[in-house]
Amino acid sequence: MKAPVLIAACAGLTVLALAALPAAGEAQGASPELTTQCASCHALAKPENATLEHLWTRKGPDLWYAGDKFNRDWLVGWLQNPTTIRPGGVLWFKHAKPGEPRDTIDAAAVEKHPKVDAAAAGRLADALLQLKSGLVPEGGFKPEAVNMTMGKLAFSKLRGCVACHQDAAGQGGLSGPELYDAGQRLRPDYVIAYTKNPQQFDPHVWMPTLTLSEPDLQRLTGYIVSLGKENK
Amino acid sequence: MLRHGFAALGLAALCVGIAFHQPATAAGESPKIQATAHLYDTYCAQCHGVQRNGKGVNTVGLSVQPRDHSDTVAMSSLPRDQMIKAITEGGASVNKSALMPSWSAVLTREQIEDMADYLLFVCKCGQAK
Repeated sequence: MKAPVLIAACAGLTVLALAALPAAGEAQGASPELTTQCASCHALAKPENATLEHLWTRKGPDLWYAGDKFNRDWLVGWLQNPTTIRPGGVLWFKHAKPGEPRDTIDAAAVEKHPKVDAAAAGRLADALLQLKSGLVPEGGFKPEAVNMTMGKLAFSKLRGCVACHQDAAGQGGLSGPELYDAGQRLRPDYVIAYTKNPQQFDPHVWMPTLTLSEPDLQRLTGYIVSLGKENK
Repeated sequence: MLRHGFAALGLAALCVGIAFHQPATAAGESPKIQATAHLYDTYCAQCHGVQRNGKGVNTVGLSVQPRDHSDTVAMSSLPRDQMIKAITEGGASVNKSALMPSWSAVLTREQIEDMADYLLFVCKCGQAK
């Protein structure tokens, strides 16, 4: 007699527990302002079950590792005056048009990010920098070991990064984020951790895991984080 | 009134068309072909083109042009095992461009096998299982 009661109680508790879970994209630690402003487009917590469809349906890039990824100064400036980071949009395929001599991106259809004022940009940047993945070891990038010429050669020729990423405006592929201001935007330890294994951040992302040696990773990261610094 | 009816019908047809839009190579095909076409769209089409013709958006920055998967003659000379090796280990493993990366961290062995079958379907090579 007791079993059905116990099962019903467990089911009830499960329903309550599920109802108490944050909605998809909401981070447990995210500030209320971040949740209100950003969560409708960006995942602020690691998706429980990262599917391929998450990539196809999300409106903005995941931000649950924003604290590992971004430099604060860049974030504050960009949130007030957003530029297009991903020339093909959040998912390049959605804006690709077949054509000759090659497919093109319908740039007018690429999503625009809303602007915020300086005060909000500062608050949002601070809140975003709280979001950490635990996947980015501090000190992973060792700047003293970098040979910039070899880094550029690896980026544009030997390892083919330029196939998907632009290292100068208008030069390079369109399916990945531009990297010509990566030195202002991205933290070096994130660049090296992500390049080493993009799938640990998103199992289905269309950036492949290349077979890169540690010196390769160091020189690529050194080159990438040098980009755009001279403009500052 | 009738005109509005036709307009509404047209709009509905357009919506249905958009909702069910798939690359020409997958419409009406088996679930496995459709699922693999979706993987192709996600990973391969950036270089090999939305029409599988080697003219992807990224070819603007490529020194070596990607293979045209719709080329029946050229694809017919490519053994299935070699396709699987190239997808799994990258172009350099089959003496082709290193710009073709290894996809083994993204696609499972089964998905790669399915992709080889899908390529044989796309090229109309007449060998698909």
